[in-house]
Amino acid sequence: MMKKGRSWIPLAVVALLWVGPYAWMVSTSLRTLPEIVAAPAWPIPNSIQFEAYREVLTTIPVGRYFLNTTVMAVAIALLQILLALPAGYALAKLHFVGKKAAFALVLACLLIPAQVTFVPVFSMLGPLGLVNTFAALILPFGVSALGTFLVRQALLSVPDEMIEAARLDGASELRIVYGLLAPMLRPTLASLFLFSFVFHYNDYFWPLVMTTDDDVRTLPLAVALLREQGTGVRWHIVMAGNVILSLPVLALFAAVQKQILRAVTARAG
Amino acid sequence: MTPKRPRDPYLFLAPTALVLGLFFFWPLALVFKNSFYAWDMLTPPEWVGAANYAQILTSGELWGTLARTLSYSVVVVVASLGLGLGLALALDRPGKLYAFVRGAVFSAYVVSWVAVALLWMWILDADGGLLSTLCRAVGVAPKNWLGDPAIALYTLAAVSVWKITGYSMVIFLAGLQDIPRSLHEAAALDGAGPFSRFLHVTWPMLRPSASFVGTTSLILSFQAFDVVRVMTQGGPVKSTTVFVYAIYEHVFVNLRVGRASAMTVSFFVLLLVLTALQLRLWRLGKTDTRRA
Repeated sequence: MMKKGRSWIPLAVVALLWVGPYAWMVSTSLRTLPEIVAAPAWPIPNSIQFEAYREVLTTIPVGRYFLNTTVMAVAIALLQILLALPAGYALAKLHFVGKKAAFALVLACLLIPAQVTFVPVFSMLGPLGLVNTFAALILPFGVSALGTFLVRQALLSVPDEMIEAARLDGASELRIVYGLLAPMLRPTLASLFLFSFVFHYNDYFWPLVMTTDDDVRTLPLAVALLREQGTGVRWHIVMAGNVILSLPVLALFAAVQKQILRAVTARAG
Repeated sequence: MTPKRPRDPYLFLAPTALVLGLFFFWPLALVFKNSFYAWDMLTPPEWVGAANYAQILTSGELWGTLARTLSYSVVVVVASLGLGLGLALALDRPGKLYAFVRGAVFSAYVVSWVAVALLWMWILDADGGLLSTLCRAVGVAPKNWLGDPAIALYTLAAVSVWKITGYSMVIFLAGLQDIPRSLHEAAALDGAGPFSRFLHVTWPMLRPSASFVGTTSLILSFQAFDVVRVMTQGGPVKSTTVFVYAIYEHVFVNLRVGRASAMTVSFFVLLLVLTALQLRLWRLGKTDTRRA
């Protein structure tokens, strides 16, 4: 182990490398254009100015985009949980012909990223009039192969007797899945929800290729566009947009850090 | 268990099967089919046989894209793995300050690629960027990080390393926690110094974590898109046109679905190969720990 006297050095270097860029992002967003032109890299604002935020909020409908993004990400996460429960139950607990093949097919989907399927999905949804709809943003992600797999794994450790007892009490199979098993899987489902929410809130690729219309476009797309507006990049505006985009995720992370870390390490375990 | 009614399991799997069929397997079949057609999405597709494949092979597009994707991935994987391991070892200490810094490093993994890409474009900005200014302050001429074809790809790789290192750090931290303290104590009693304890106790126990992180980040880095699209649009002179960006460009810029599909099929085959490698590495990792 390192001697106590030197152990703050890696800490300081790492903090500088990872906190520094965020700090510069925030400080840039709080400056004005003349200030930035005069001394671009000066890290401390002369006086804290919210001009950039005011401009972002008036030039793009941030509230609308934020709502779109959140609705999409929440809907995807809920749908994934809703569908993973019965599928995971069948794969973990019920005997039926073709079980092994069904499980193998679910696992195979772990290998197929959205970047492989987007062209046919795009040309399939076009004629149906579904491009530029929430359906196009949500439905393709309605099933998470990883989520189904994790729910199955978690259900394997639930004793059969518990399910038998519920059946004897006259509970329907659907009731067993959503009423009895779902509450028992709360930690797994919470991790799944957070992981899926954060991924889809941040997603840039799918909303970019599936939407052209402001009504359904999402916040990452809008913020990326801030840089391309007008002549000469106005970095205080872009950084203000960046802060608006990142703050909800960072706040969520700060609030439920343990759950998010568990979701990430669950994939390794 | 026997289901209550024989059709129950199939009913429970039906929604999942529908979504996976519609949005994974059927599109996969269509990509394969499209790769034998010339199609601009406006006029009807036209059968061209293997011409799309011949074109990407003879024009060098496939090899060029593959080489760029591999260079980017190797840098990202090796650097984020090494840094993640180093950070896990250095920051695996009690105390709020350490917890804060661990959180800060990992937060970059949670924030969107768009935000990270824009932030680093500003840091790397030739005129007022922090890095360029720092370079000038210490008397080094700043490079044209994103505009120089020789280094743009590595600049993107460095930004990606900044973003994903927190992920490998977290996996390594979890791995470190699984090492029984008694192993370290026993080694210390045998007179092993810190370096030899790392080599003979810590590292063998972390091998499975390392192979997991290495292969998942390899596969993820193969799918890189956001950072390219936001920071360089594949340029300058195609130097950052990696696989997914090349496919995207064929579809939405050049309207060449057939070529895009041939590229996609090649990309998918590559992912299959990488995953097969991953499974082998996993098995190796497991036997290794048993031996250790």
